[in-house]
Amino acid sequence: MEAQAIFDTLQGKFGDAVVELQGEGFSPAFVVVAPAAVKEVSRFLKEDPDLSFDSLMCLSGVDYKEKFAVAYHLHSLKHRHAIGLKAMLPRENPSLPSVDDVWPAANFHEREAFDLFGIVFEGSKDLRRILLPEDWEGHPLRKDYKYPDFYHGIKV
Amino acid sequence: MTARTDALPTQEMTINMGPQHPSTHGVLRVILTTDGEVVTRAVPDVGYLHRGLEKIGERVTYAQFMPFTDRLDYLAAMNCNCAWAWAVEKLAKIEVPERAEYLRVIVCELNRISSHLIAFGSYTADMGAFTPFLYAIRERERVNDLFEMICGNRLTYNYARVGGVSGDAPPGFLEKTKEFLDYFEPKLDEYNNLISYNKIFVHRLANVAVIPAEEAVAYGLTGPNLRGSGVPFDLRKDEPYSVYPKFDFKVCVGTGERGKLGDCFDRYMVRINEMRESVKIVRQAVAQIPDGPVLAKVPRVFKPPVGEVYFRSECPRGETGIYLISDGSVNPYRLKIRTGSFVTMNLFEKVTRGLMIADIVAVIGSFDIILPEIDR
Repeated sequence: MEAQAIFDTLQGKFGDAVVELQGEGFSPAFVVVAPAAVKEVSRFLKEDPDLSFDSLMCLSGVDYKEKFAVAYHLHSLKHRHAIGLKAMLPRENPSLPSVDDVWPAANFHEREAFDLFGIVFEGSKDLRRILLPEDWEGHPLRKDYKYPDFYHGIKV
Repeated sequence: MTARTDALPTQEMTINMGPQHPSTHGVLRVILTTDGEVVTRAVPDVGYLHRGLEKIGERVTYAQFMPFTDRLDYLAAMNCNCAWAWAVEKLAKIEVPERAEYLRVIVCELNRISSHLIAFGSYTADMGAFTPFLYAIRERERVNDLFEMICGNRLTYNYARVGGVSGDAPPGFLEKTKEFLDYFEPKLDEYNNLISYNKIFVHRLANVAVIPAEEAVAYGLTGPNLRGSGVPFDLRKDEPYSVYPKFDFKVCVGTGERGKLGDCFDRYMVRINEMRESVKIVRQAVAQIPDGPVLAKVPRVFKPPVGEVYFRSECPRGETGIYLISDGSVNPYRLKIRTGSFVTMNLFEKVTRGLMIADIVAVIGSFDIILPEIDR
């Protein structure tokens, strides 16, 4: 299914929760949804027989300076089509529902986004830092991250 | 398992496996909770090799990031090099000369062979047979010789460029490649006779850590680990890029030939069979390679248009996906590298529940993970 058709289907089903379609310059195109609706939209994308996005290829946190975003890259083995899903989050206390019971693949990616961006995935079955030590301060992939001078007395 | 109330009381024990352990294929730490010899829980702890490649990527130019991709997966650096080049070219819509694409396919497939050789060699060594490892290293040396000839390096190649490759194949390279293929192809039968169907080896792998196809898809497995579960999905065939559509090769899948479909043996066998297919691809590429330039004209100060792309390429350890955001400046605004090994580790805890401690080693080897790719 084409991106426009997927967008129309989603908008028909979820109304205002589906904000816009980012098509020009984006490959694959992104459907931008309200953060609170991410889980329902994901479940629909996975379970609807015409869409059946059975695999979550990638989940990334993005810092767009004025906002954070979480970008999901989905692919369907059955229909061999792909789409992106994106949720924009405020800089203060960014959080959105976890999708790890829709696609179990999400867990490690969500832990990474939590670790490096500080985005909280509510309802995640296991949300801990993954790459950095547990006592690391800050989230390095944020654009306003300040590098620490020392870590446990070791010069960084 | 159900606990017997009348049995001797046993205590669960926590064992640290790694990060410095020869069979964890790098600095992987697994925290095992064991009940006697049985693992009740195995939690992977990754990140010991985190170098912040994605953060580095935001500070260097597109061309400068190329050598860093070598450090993503040092056993398949050519594949990572080319994945980066393809992603940037997709973003900036650059036409690459055909000869360069052929050279890329040749080096990628040679690198796939050498990477699978290490997977094969180290796996057999993990399972207690040391000799095949030396055989694998012997063959891999010849691939390294070829790479040294074409780009001067034996491990971190830095060969691809945005718009092509760094240099044309030197005289004699294609002939030498053909010689290698003629030498290497019969060796695969030798490996199968030596070890693949060895009774002890098969018993260690068959029916261990079975991953059904639906589970493999749900957990986002890709590459040989997905195909080991019988799902015929290969990006070179299903989402073709570069000049792959011009070649005739088959997608190898697990068949459950010695146990249940999707066990360690199937994943092992997929890699052995894929080496044969890579030989086929390289043979065709060497025969068909056209003349011409190997590098497109790319401006020195390279600024791709504003946009976001996600490029998927088939690396030896699964899909390497590069999500690249450009704000029109000389540096990437954000890049995320999704790697096969990282995603595979997500499944590790689930698949190892209830196995013996020695089987944990078999599972790690069958996934063919590499730590720099997990930690980035």
